[in-house]
Amino acid sequence: MTSFLEITVRLAVWLLLAPLLPGIINKVKAWVAGRRGPPLLQLYYDLAKLWRKGVVLSTLASPGFLAATAFSWVAVLAAALLLPLGPWGTSLSFRGDVLLLVYLLALARFCTAGAALETGSAFEGMGAAREVSYAVLAEAAIITAVLTLSVQSRSLSLEAMLAPSAGAGAALLAAGLFTVLLAENCRVPFDDPNTHLELTMIHEVMVLDHSGPALAAVLHGAAMKLLLFSALLVQAVLPVGTLPAAAAVGVLFGGVLAVAVGVGLVESLLARYAFRRVPLLLTTAFLLCVFALLVAWKGGAA
Amino acid sequence: MNQANPFALLTNGSALPWSDVPEWPLADFLRHVSAALQRGERLSSFFGVPEDHAARLVAVVALDAGNTLAVARSQPFSGSFPALTPSHPQAHLFEREIWEQHGLVPEPHPWLKPVRKDHGAGPAVGGFFRVEGPEVHEVAVGPVHAGIIEPGHFRFQCAGEEVLHLEIALGYQHRGIEEALAGGPHRRTVYQMETVAGDTTIAHATAYASALEALAGTEAPLRAQWLRAIALELERLANHTGDLGALAGDVAFLPTASACGKIRGDFLNLTALLCGNRFGRGLVRPGGCRHQVEAERLGRLRERLETALAEVQQAALWLWDAASVRARFERTGPVDPTQAAEIGLVGPAARACGLLRDVRFDHPAGWFRFAQVPVSVWPDGDVFARARVRWLEIQRSGEFLREQLEAAPEGGMLSDLGSLAPDTLAVALVEGWRGEVCHVALTGANGRLRRYKITDPSFHNWTGLALALRGQAISDFPLCNKSFNLSYCGFDL
Repeated sequence: MTSFLEITVRLAVWLLLAPLLPGIINKVKAWVAGRRGPPLLQLYYDLAKLWRKGVVLSTLASPGFLAATAFSWVAVLAAALLLPLGPWGTSLSFRGDVLLLVYLLALARFCTAGAALETGSAFEGMGAAREVSYAVLAEAAIITAVLTLSVQSRSLSLEAMLAPSAGAGAALLAAGLFTVLLAENCRVPFDDPNTHLELTMIHEVMVLDHSGPALAAVLHGAAMKLLLFSALLVQAVLPVGTLPAAAAVGVLFGGVLAVAVGVGLVESLLARYAFRRVPLLLTTAFLLCVFALLVAWKGGAA
Repeated sequence: MNQANPFALLTNGSALPWSDVPEWPLADFLRHVSAALQRGERLSSFFGVPEDHAARLVAVVALDAGNTLAVARSQPFSGSFPALTPSHPQAHLFEREIWEQHGLVPEPHPWLKPVRKDHGAGPAVGGFFRVEGPEVHEVAVGPVHAGIIEPGHFRFQCAGEEVLHLEIALGYQHRGIEEALAGGPHRRTVYQMETVAGDTTIAHATAYASALEALAGTEAPLRAQWLRAIALELERLANHTGDLGALAGDVAFLPTASACGKIRGDFLNLTALLCGNRFGRGLVRPGGCRHQVEAERLGRLRERLETALAEVQQAALWLWDAASVRARFERTGPVDPTQAAEIGLVGPAARACGLLRDVRFDHPAGWFRFAQVPVSVWPDGDVFARARVRWLEIQRSGEFLREQLEAAPEGGMLSDLGSLAPDTLAVALVEGWRGEVCHVALTGANGRLRRYKITDPSFHNWTGLALALRGQAISDFPLCNKSFNLSYCGFDL
């Protein structure tokens, strides 16, 4: 039975640490560009500011607009709580929980896209169409990655699955998952989180009409999703679960930090892809995961 | 007038008596202009001059190969006139403007609607071309944009992500600059000229000053002409550098985007070193330049110029070396060279289509009569070509400055302008960083300005942007837009 205290600590970790990640990425980008950059805690300040603001609603929007935003945030948080954290495992583990995690993320996306369509704006409809088109490919890659982990651990429960093998399979999986992380979190080269050009946006354009606390929920949800993917990536390739507690904390934090720095470096050194080339890159991520799956399969048979 | 030479010829920055401009009956006038355009010559400016209750048309045709300008006028008329647009698309906006300003109706004009005003009611929004169909959707962008840019309205007809048609509606910044000049020049006129397009201060101020000097029959001191050329190239360097950075920023390529933003400021500061203002306000005045530069300041200018040029070289190398950037720039927003010539593109946008058009080369005036800058051309007509032409021009302007800063002529900076000759027409072209800036000034019997026509390069080039978007992804619009980087206020006047 999980204690009340443990749930509280988990919630606190996810809710409080998540907004740090975009801050780290921005610091890395600023550092590469030779700028000082925004403060590390900028997102916290933004969230605090947005929380105090009022909400402006489109006259076309039904109550579903705000409800979908809230659902989306809750779905990401629930998915995050399902993810085991090193030796501490997860608060709720059952056979097939990994599928619930994938579907919770899909539900979050569905809600965001739904809220975007609620506003009746041409921009947001366009963004929603883009988001779901690319999600089809990104989800194929995630499912394949999950399959890989499940084949190599012969399990369908996340706690058992995050016991990675070393070698080529892990490298392939890491590359595939990192690409998916960039796509799912709207980072360069798929999307540009810094752009102000609504015609080029994917994720950002869907939330143009969100304001105040609703926008805070969107931003915080995005940060949690980024942390979720980073933690998943680290644990899928490093055997964090088998380490003693102190080392596990170090590896987990170090790993997530490395992912954030990696994202920052990619954004600093790479231009964004044209939309028509995005499917190509996502297919590559999918193929990387497929090869990881083949390695896991063959390794298991040998 | 004999049939062989239907136009009066003059060189850039010169004037001729209004009575010497050949006057033709309307049909003959249009026939001659049409024949000139048919020969591949270029419509620099085409406007009406009010005459009692009627108006007459005046055409300034640029004979680029002959380094001359040709002017002709029609007899006054009212009502309608046969439109040139169906056979010569470059007359399209000019004829709409004539209809808007003078009520002369071009017939049959394929797309007759206001250029800047909606019959005085407001900007020209409405009556957009529509593509019908189940898959087609319309996207409206602006006039309020997400970035800190000027207001303009863009209406896209899209099938999914593909743009079928783009129509651009401007006029939000119409300030009535031309109207304000009637009876001028006034004391405030030179300040208005400097803000026709704020980022093209030197080019517009130089064109204005040259037109007035031609009307007054004086010439600016050689040292002032030299300083204007220096300032003009600094303006080009600053804006082209800014554009390269902005293009990099649009594809989220941070190294060049961050560096160029800073280097643009360095170039602007060099202009500030000359006159105290980063945009060159207060430098160029009719009769010369207002500020003398001493050797010590020139030395500092040279030093800082070298640093900035070395830095922009590095930033540009990052841009060209990045495969991910090339993938975004190449084959994006292409303009066909034939179409570019037909719609009369000017400046870097034209040169990126392989068209050899540069006022500094074709119609040299001022210091450019003594010192040439090679014309930078790239053949492909896409975003990459427009970026590449900018980079070539940065290098060549840098080289020009290096040489000319060593070759400063001695002498004064400002001579007395004197009074303007009555009933005289003057034409001044300047190659601003966006392209050809054309000012046409006409004085009345009292020696005051009777009609003043400004043609900003943006006036020629907005149509080019609309064409570049055909069949492109709508997500590439900001990139294409930045590659043209046209002026809204220069168009709106």
